[in-house]
Amino acid sequence: RRDVLVLTPWLAPIVWEGTFNRDILNAQYMQKNLVTGVVTFAVKKYWFFIQGFMSSANKYFLAGHQVNFYLFTDSPEQISHLQMAPENHLCVIPVQNHSHWQDISVSRMDIIRRYIRSQFQYEVDYLYYIDIDVQLFEHIGVEIIDTLVATISPWQYTARRDSRSYETRTESQAAIPKGEGDFYYTEGFYGGSVAEVYKLTRACFKGVMEDRENGIEARWHDESHLNRYLLYHKPTRLLSPEYYWDEEL
Amino acid sequence: RRQDVLTITPWLAPIIWEGTFNSEILDSAYKPLNLTIGVTAFAIGKYTRFVGRFLESAEEHFMKGYQVNYYIFTDNPETIPSVQLQPGRRFVIVPIKKYPSWQEISMRRMEAINKHIAETSHQEVDYLFCLDIGMVFYNSWGPETLGDIVAAIHPGYFNVPRSQFPYERRSSSAAYIPDGEGDFYYGGAVFGGLVKKVYEFTRTCHMTILTDKANEIMAAWQEESHLNRHFLSQKPSKVLSPEYLWDDRKPKPPEIHLIRFSTVDKNYKEIRD
Repeated sequence: RRDVLVLTPWLAPIVWEGTFNRDILNAQYMQKNLVTGVVTFAVKKYWFFIQGFMSSANKYFLAGHQVNFYLFTDSPEQISHLQMAPENHLCVIPVQNHSHWQDISVSRMDIIRRYIRSQFQYEVDYLYYIDIDVQLFEHIGVEIIDTLVATISPWQYTARRDSRSYETRTESQAAIPKGEGDFYYTEGFYGGSVAEVYKLTRACFKGVMEDRENGIEARWHDESHLNRYLLYHKPTRLLSPEYYWDEEL
Repeated sequence: RRQDVLTITPWLAPIIWEGTFNSEILDSAYKPLNLTIGVTAFAIGKYTRFVGRFLESAEEHFMKGYQVNYYIFTDNPETIPSVQLQPGRRFVIVPIKKYPSWQEISMRRMEAINKHIAETSHQEVDYLFCLDIGMVFYNSWGPETLGDIVAAIHPGYFNVPRSQFPYERRSSSAAYIPDGEGDFYYGGAVFGGLVKKVYEFTRTCHMTILTDKANEIMAAWQEESHLNRHFLSQKPSKVLSPEYLWDDRKPKPPEIHLIRFSTVDKNYKEIRD
């Protein structure tokens, strides 16, 4: 691929179709006997997306390798008729409803952090958060596996630095100084080793809590905090917008 | 940004060329980690004459601002010149025995490095590079080279089709690579990575070298053939372009913007005897 950037200035690969050979990567992954987890939330109206997400992810996400799906939902009854591939596991975790949708978005970071500590770290090596209202149409494979992985937002891929949606108010913990920022990452798909995802979710949640105490809410909520974290803790691998595409674009 | 060369392998390992990285960002990520980088180099017999220039040029260009330990393996400690080093950098002589032929000397490097890691350097360094002594640094060699398993593309073969790579082609050798296989031709003069990884692959290479010895066969390019066989199955996590392993006898092609580490002209017949 010559038409796109395939390497960041800090030498993290940017994964695009055509840049990798999945067979070689599969062989490397299998040698190490790894287990990957996916965490997602289906709260309130979002129960609607469970079937679509789970059936497509079950088919296309790391097909052929063991994947543990962790589904946090307040409608566990919607799960009953899901068929999982033999190598995959589904763990349904009931959660409570919150009144403000942004509260859900924000406490997701804390929920993930707590469950890594109490459960996920013992069950998986790598963990990815994916928005539930996503459907996979193509295989997403082991090319995503690395220590700290973020996805370039499809809406901001061509945006120049000063027009990106970073939080700019310095009172917020998510603020990114003017003139800075490598890419704009979407909070709809990120992950990495459990240790790194733990550190990321802990830092983001801390920022969110501090903002709350100061009576401020970041422009794009946990996505703003994510972008700030990744500016100072650079991802070891980036996924191109192909990995989180919006059909309306 | 470089569009004229391949900057990432099919297994998503970066290939390091001038223009692909930003040294400031890398330094800001690596310097706070307080790393120590080790360098091994073998100066046996007449090769001790290269030590001075190697070290002086390394002091100017290699991992500037980082802690460095130079491990010079030699059979002749008295002939090693003393070189003024920057603060935070150390020089250690590792006495080893001299084998009768230059091929044997070359191939025993794997064993010596492996043994030394187990006995000493695993406690002293985080990353280790194993470099040929008959070379000089001309430009910066920095943290862009750090990775788990690092190999360098041989300057003679980076623009050449795979069928012409001088892999060992006899199936009786443990270094055998069949036609149609192989990613790159890596040079034996530069390899490295995390000290734990270097320990593992020097051991594997030494095992395959011993296997060949038992079968009375010697690979076409000695340990370089074994290294290539190894890196075919355990692919490097980072690949250095020929900027990091150049041969001054070659004319500089347009893809090479910067020569960082290159051979000193030598009369092989004279020094190897």
